[in-house]
Amino acid sequence: MREISVELITDTVAELCREANLCLGDDMLTSIKEAVSKEESPLGRSFLECLYENAVLARRKELALCQDTGMVVVFVELGQDLRITGGDFNAAISEGVRRGYRENYFRRSVVKDPFLRENTGDNTPPVIYVRVVPGDRLQLTIMPKGFGSENKGRVAMLTPAQGKEGVKKFVLETVSQAAASSCPPVIVGVGVGGTMEYAALLAKKALLRPVGTKHQRPDLRELEEELLAAVNDLGIGPQGLGGRWTALAVQVEVYPTHIAGLPCAVNLSCHCLRHKTKII
Amino acid sequence: METEQRVNLPLTPQKVRELKAGTPVRLFGEILTARDAAHQKMIQALSRGEQLPVTLKNALIYYTGPCPAREGEVIGAAGPTTSSRMDTYTPRLLAEGLLGMMGKGDRSDTVIEAMKKYGAVYLAAPGGAGALLAGKITRAKAVAYHELGPEAIFRLEVADFPAMVAIDVFGNNLYRVEREKYARSNE
Repeated sequence: MREISVELITDTVAELCREANLCLGDDMLTSIKEAVSKEESPLGRSFLECLYENAVLARRKELALCQDTGMVVVFVELGQDLRITGGDFNAAISEGVRRGYRENYFRRSVVKDPFLRENTGDNTPPVIYVRVVPGDRLQLTIMPKGFGSENKGRVAMLTPAQGKEGVKKFVLETVSQAAASSCPPVIVGVGVGGTMEYAALLAKKALLRPVGTKHQRPDLRELEEELLAAVNDLGIGPQGLGGRWTALAVQVEVYPTHIAGLPCAVNLSCHCLRHKTKII
Repeated sequence: METEQRVNLPLTPQKVRELKAGTPVRLFGEILTARDAAHQKMIQALSRGEQLPVTLKNALIYYTGPCPAREGEVIGAAGPTTSSRMDTYTPRLLAEGLLGMMGKGDRSDTVIEAMKKYGAVYLAAPGGAGALLAGKITRAKAVAYHELGPEAIFRLEVADFPAMVAIDVFGNNLYRVEREKYARSNE
């Protein structure tokens, strides 16, 4: 049986935290560039150019892209033929976050308790999702999630009768209310189906798909395009100060659901959508 | 777009009246930082009749919680946070003589009314450009509530710091005007 030590997991998590917070993905850079060329608002255009410059500077000067280096969400795909050795798996991930944030001077944004609100001082704990899959590999995805946009996410338990129109209305309401606070142009993650909490997880996972790629299912691709056009008709624009680009993309994920329900969740990401993946 | 204006700090009541919504500005001088926890502490102190640890008269508060500075650097990434979370505390601070606020996103009607009453201005800093903005900060020192870590009150010296007058002292609001300009009917 293949073995992986907890030390390797810690090292990998620390490195992924660093990369995610310093290097904006090529998909986002391309998408921002495209928005610059198409934005009608002069103010919007100059803001989008400023985001591009920010990404270049962050990488060069090793400064976080955004001071909100987020609460870390970790998606793990654990091969069932793999054995973890040398310690506690979850503690190893936490240690990686601790090290990644301390060594790179990222902000500690996590409090110990939602009511007592004392900072943990090391940006732990992360939120960890583990899925067991065939094989003997370990895939780690780190997503530092800023709360300007996270705060504006919503879940609705729609009825089957509300269908696609209901989903569309809910997505539009959510982006409209979020407006400038979610740091537009946003990426809109939409999760439909499953149960209440699973729809929310799907919405977050939808944000992991490279921006600019299309859904494999033609009907969902069409839905995404329709939603993007409608969102961009809101006029909110870059930085919320008006314009064509309120969202760079709408990405939908679906899952089987109950005969009685149509759970729908929207998870927003700011224009600084950060995630990095490594397979070991 | 309007012509860019240089704004020297501290603000004066006269200067604030000249800053019209839609004017891009470049800030030079001293500003204070405060976000959720520092606001709560200041309001608690005022309600107990205590003096604030910093004077707010003519001050400009920047809503940010910066990343820590690397060795030899002034500060880490330092972009704006969502201003509306401070809305509940803001009118009381305006009554203390606060003249300017800077953050991201729209403010509540109550805050805008208080801004008109006390003569204050609200600036939008480019949200999510934390690395870029760090380069416009030439000095940073935590001056109060150190125990709050990134949420402490810092005194910052800024030079050529870019922002936009989003809501002026007359209640003109760029967020609402500009959005309407680009909105298309969805119904």
